[in-house]
Amino acid sequence: MKAAADEREHEDIVAAGRPKVVETPAGPLYASRVRIYPRGVSGFYRNIKWAVLALCLAVYYVTPWIRFDRGPGAPDQAVLLDITNARGYFFWIEIWPQEIYYLTGLLLIGAVGLFLVSSLFGRLWCGYTCPQTVWTDLFMLVERWIEGERHQRMRLDRAPLSAAKFARKSAKHAAWLLISLTTGGAWIFYFNDAPTTMVEVLTGQSSLKLYFFVGLFTATTYVLAGFAREQVCTYMCPWPRFQAAMLDEQTLTVTYQAWRGEPRGKHKQGDSWEGRGDCVDCRACIAVCPTGIDIRDGMQLECIGCGLCIDACNDIMGKVGRPRELITFATLASQAERAKGHEAPYRLVRPRTIIYATMLAVVAGAMLAALLMRADVTLTVIRDRLPLFVTLSDGSIRNGYTLKIGNKAHEEREFRVRFDGAAAAGAEISLGEAAGVSGESVAVRADSVGTVRVYARLERAAVKAESLPVDIVLLDRTGREVARERTVFRGPAGRP
Amino acid sequence: MPTKIEKDEISGQQTTGHEWDGIKELDTPMPKWWVYTFYATIVFSAVYFVLFPSVPFVNSYFGGILGYNQREDVARRIEEAAAEQAPFMRRIAAATLEEIRGNPELLTYAQIGGRIAFNNNCAPCHQVGGAGARGYPNLADDDWLWGGRLEDIHQTIQYGIRNSDDRSRQSAMPRYGADRILDQRQIGDVAEYVLSLSGRAEDAERAARGAQVFAEQCVACHGERGEGNRELGAPNLTNAIWLYGGDRRSIVETIHNARNGAMPAWEGRLDAATIKMLSVYVHALGGGE
Repeated sequence: MKAAADEREHEDIVAAGRPKVVETPAGPLYASRVRIYPRGVSGFYRNIKWAVLALCLAVYYVTPWIRFDRGPGAPDQAVLLDITNARGYFFWIEIWPQEIYYLTGLLLIGAVGLFLVSSLFGRLWCGYTCPQTVWTDLFMLVERWIEGERHQRMRLDRAPLSAAKFARKSAKHAAWLLISLTTGGAWIFYFNDAPTTMVEVLTGQSSLKLYFFVGLFTATTYVLAGFAREQVCTYMCPWPRFQAAMLDEQTLTVTYQAWRGEPRGKHKQGDSWEGRGDCVDCRACIAVCPTGIDIRDGMQLECIGCGLCIDACNDIMGKVGRPRELITFATLASQAERAKGHEAPYRLVRPRTIIYATMLAVVAGAMLAALLMRADVTLTVIRDRLPLFVTLSDGSIRNGYTLKIGNKAHEEREFRVRFDGAAAAGAEISLGEAAGVSGESVAVRADSVGTVRVYARLERAAVKAESLPVDIVLLDRTGREVARERTVFRGPAGRP
Repeated sequence: MPTKIEKDEISGQQTTGHEWDGIKELDTPMPKWWVYTFYATIVFSAVYFVLFPSVPFVNSYFGGILGYNQREDVARRIEEAAAEQAPFMRRIAAATLEEIRGNPELLTYAQIGGRIAFNNNCAPCHQVGGAGARGYPNLADDDWLWGGRLEDIHQTIQYGIRNSDDRSRQSAMPRYGADRILDQRQIGDVAEYVLSLSGRAEDAERAARGAQVFAEQCVACHGERGEGNRELGAPNLTNAIWLYGGDRRSIVETIHNARNGAMPAWEGRLDAATIKMLSVYVHALGGGE
């Protein structure tokens, strides 16, 4: 063993001493994009992809139109991010800007959910539900309707400009722009009341800001789905880059079963299948690929895992009379086993998936708990810092506090203020003059924040330290405690 | 300057002719997008030069063909803000102080507007929040030299204290020591008596002597029991609040030199509505009566 190790080390030293062979790039390092003309395909995965596409588009376009009655004074749109009034609505949930952590939680659930799905089934998100994929697919469908199939489109692009070519191209871009416009148009409905905004936008009465956003999302849809396409996935999107960290040898990916397919080669009807692989090198898998790659080269960054090549290959395998699923959703581990002739079960439960599932459960549980325990009253106490405390003419000490009371209910509510804590015993409480204050109680309007000044007076002898901890407690009309905030009562230095 | 363009053997790229220890610098062109962005900034600056204020002259500057001016912009925005506030300011100017107090909308507006006006105009002496300082009364406590009712506060702000305005609050304490009205021993006695009013005397005999001097010299303004007189701005000497310090030394100094603090009249400096808002704000600081 030691001798072998020494020899390896010796080899390394020799290798390090040798002059390096420098490979010189043959041409420029920059390569232009090769246009991709994906061919239409039909089959199991294509049908799933159509169904998911229809569902995603339906959800996107329909959601803002769902109505949800919240009573008077509140919008009746089920999903609405009201920027102007700083409120977010999702069916029965209403959030204020300071509760933006719900959104953080939602994003966390989304992220961890994506991790879990990715480690289980690979790039399902990329291949089926990502908006880039959905809209690109839609644009390609329109392209196919207007300009024809792969070979027709290639011929059209090579042909010199003619009236017919101009007409087809114009029709395609007009259709794309129309889709983009409805996409951009639907986006603003998530931030404004859909029916009224629709009328305003169509009749030219909307604000410049809204038209700008419609234009912006029209432009991004048109450019990203019409022209950028797979380049978004390959160059712009960060997700494929770090997605590799979620995948392992037990993850389902679109796989060319090389052990079955190789050695590949053309095959004429009647020829023997002996001594050769099933792959007839028809290149159908390349022709249908929306990112233009050859899946037979193995797992690649560009592969979005849509499985269209599986449909294309199954079609060919059927025609040449070989078993389907030469290209299939499989794991690296199962491929290694099958190459040796063993069957390999697909393992769903693995440390990685258990960790992701646990994380998902924890985050979702925390979100649910936060949502269920969400208080409809918030209390913020701002202690007076100038003056820190006031000595009154009889020598007693008074502190001033500004209370911000958030009333998240859809009705006006009255609150009373109490001081709690050992130090606050004997404190005399009074409310400052302000709108909504009558005697001992303060009224806060529906769905808004009320401000009230509170004064607490203690006899000098009771102020036994410079800073005494006290709680300010908010009681509702029935005397039930609805909010509590820890603060301090400040007094002069030294013992009384 | 290299006279001959030298090509790098490996990359085929031309070099700059610079060489360090056998390593030559390639003359790789800037990326096109970068170069075009750079050209675009040059074009932008040329256009900006023409449109906006740019070239300084000796006594003036080239103002740009758009005629844009930041000062005018600010002035216009201030005017716009004032125009938005105008309806409220008119209502406050027309309303009595009690009417402002009774109207939630005006009360909220006056308290916020008053706070801003207070911080801009009053805080240098009275401190933010009316905390006060030695010689500048705390406006958040319950002790008022000239009265703590809304109209008292309003009058004090409007006309000020001991200034050249005839309507200002006027009174003057004699300089008992400096003008030799009382001798040092008598001043010490009175100080002892004043301390006794808030229960802090150490020498009862001296305080008794001081009481006689007090009865002759001080009761006219400060009252028989030192309870003060708001008509004259004479402070209450029996409580815990001392504008110039309540220790023996400070009291002796006050009797010797007198204090007679002054406050400017704000009528003329601030409009009537602002003075009303200030009154409402100060009244609500915690000590309003």
